[in-house]
Amino acid sequence: MDLFEYQGKQYFSQFDIPVSAGGVATTVDEAVAVAQKAGYPVVVKAQVQVGGRGKAGGIKLANDAAEVRTHAGNILGMDIKGHVVKRIWVENASDIKAEYYASFTLDRAAKQHLLMLSVEGGVEIEEVAAKNPEAIIKLHINPVDGLSLAAAKKAVVDAKIPAEAQAGVAEMLIKLYRCFTEGDCDLAEINPLILKPTGEIHALDAKVSLDENAEFRHPEWAEFMATIELDAREKLAREYGLQYIGLDGTVGIIANGAGLAMSTLDVVNQVGGTAANFLDIGGGANADLMAHALEVINSDKNVKSIFINIFGGITRGEEVAKGIVEAMSRVDLRAPIVIRLDGTNAQEGREILANAGIPASKLTSKPTMLDAARAAVELAQK
Amino acid sequence: MAIFVDQNTKVIVQGLTGGQGKYHGLRNKAYGTQVVAGVTPGKGGQDVEGIPVYDTVAQAVQATGATASFVTVPPKAAPAAILEAAAAGVTFIVCITEGIPAQDEARTYNTLVRDYPNVRLLGPNCPGIISPGKCNIGITAGEIAQLPTAKGPNVGIVSRSGTLTYQALYELKQLGIGVSTCVGIGGDPVPGTSFIDCLREFQNDPETHAIIMIGEIGGSAEEEAADFITAHVTKPMSAYIAGVTAPAGKKMGHAGAIVSGGKGTAQGKMDALRAAGVRVGLNPTEAGALMADIVKELT
Repeated sequence: MDLFEYQGKQYFSQFDIPVSAGGVATTVDEAVAVAQKAGYPVVVKAQVQVGGRGKAGGIKLANDAAEVRTHAGNILGMDIKGHVVKRIWVENASDIKAEYYASFTLDRAAKQHLLMLSVEGGVEIEEVAAKNPEAIIKLHINPVDGLSLAAAKKAVVDAKIPAEAQAGVAEMLIKLYRCFTEGDCDLAEINPLILKPTGEIHALDAKVSLDENAEFRHPEWAEFMATIELDAREKLAREYGLQYIGLDGTVGIIANGAGLAMSTLDVVNQVGGTAANFLDIGGGANADLMAHALEVINSDKNVKSIFINIFGGITRGEEVAKGIVEAMSRVDLRAPIVIRLDGTNAQEGREILANAGIPASKLTSKPTMLDAARAAVELAQK
Repeated sequence: MAIFVDQNTKVIVQGLTGGQGKYHGLRNKAYGTQVVAGVTPGKGGQDVEGIPVYDTVAQAVQATGATASFVTVPPKAAPAAILEAAAAGVTFIVCITEGIPAQDEARTYNTLVRDYPNVRLLGPNCPGIISPGKCNIGITAGEIAQLPTAKGPNVGIVSRSGTLTYQALYELKQLGIGVSTCVGIGGDPVPGTSFIDCLREFQNDPETHAIIMIGEIGGSAEEEAADFITAHVTKPMSAYIAGVTAPAGKKMGHAGAIVSGGKGTAQGKMDALRAAGVRVGLNPTEAGALMADIVKELT
């Protein structure tokens, strides 16, 4: 889950990472009130999860209330690369002496944590990596040992951070690493990390991505979850605990396992169709879950046929079949189903479906993934 | 021969008294796997259809001489269960648990590397391993795996995705091609066993004559495997990568499966594997058909 900048800054604060005084606003009046509190001059920043906000006019400096009104009015509702600005963050403007870059991620190839640190902050780090790769230092950290202050200090020196900022940046790295690990982040990034003329080190931006698998130990994430922008289909799927991603096609997809679901999308595409969604009902899917999955697919007006592709491991065929039968009695499905059922207890499942008295115009069974994909695409194109 | 496990492997099930643990533990046993004990704290002394249950892995290992463990406990408890098994002397741990936080996974993996270098972890979030006719640890339906033949050719399967592992087994079964061992390494960010670990074993296994690899979008594991294949794998291979049509920036179910910043695309992975001499199919059926061609050429 990617956080908005203001949420990232709130999260940083929990780990004592200094951020500017400010607040979030959804109206012009709120923006003025927040600016008053933060102290002029302020920066008005669009809250969208996409890069290049500044270039798009989504970040403006304001010296007084009138300027805040103008900028907040312009930025709220602005469309930045397809993202409509619903919130702005207004914060006290910082004096900047230098801009750096710092981030922690998991390096999957090395199976260790990775610190990236650069004296060239304030621009996209990919740009620095392409033009001037030696300006970025990379340090692997064994997750068992963690990051020591000594290692952080060495990284700071290696990155050629100037002497006056070294101690502050090293201390900041320790705090950011704590946020990354204890805060269960997939990514914790500060760009730019600034040096003020007064010598303080300060996070001017916050890019945080949280690992949703760790939600169980972070009740405080509930407020972040509430702002996730989902369409109606995705919202329903989330309530039911389904892995769902809405797409634009006409074949509704239900599969068990992320790999098989992706593969199902691929195969539908290969036989000339388009998928309406990605939906993984996961391992151990039961009748209820299957019924919920069909309900979500049914809420998508574009769906002309439904392709259920199940290969049972944990998921048992008879449970899948029961779920389909139950869903069809509960929901009036607008589109016909093509099912391919294999693996654990597939035979029992097929028998349940065959004996449920469902007309062939509503449900057909196909022996292979390719056959089923062809049948589903044909129905969708009728 | 088979890789990692065979008919002599004695297995304990951590979580045998739970719903999933019981179901799959008993299925593994019915397949012929030597499931010798279960472990559930507080339930020592009970039994599950004749399989004795112990409070700790150490007790179970001492009583049975088990060397492998099947971990099927919830995400919160799984890291501790894995480390308990390693500390008790288990050397092959299969963890099917889905949803373990990445930070826990990274710490657990690196603890194993540092403190228990002889232990192999398969998973988490994987379907497990099956050496057809010999041993099945995990959630694979055993009947979909074709038995290997004495003279071959037999195929080794390694896959990052659970259900696509079954799909690969199924494709080979339809074609009547024997399987030496099928390993599901799982789709999480820090898998205990990598493609490369399995490719190395398959290359060294005299009973394996060809290899199918099933990958998916995200990360760089397939690209690393391609480099390894170029340098070390002489056995013929076919492959399939899921997620050609996956939109960038969207996590496709697995924590690992995401195309970000133009990296980890199916196309890039397919190109890397093709350059390494692997025959790449555009869907699992095509990868199976390519393997059938390979088998024909070998016989």
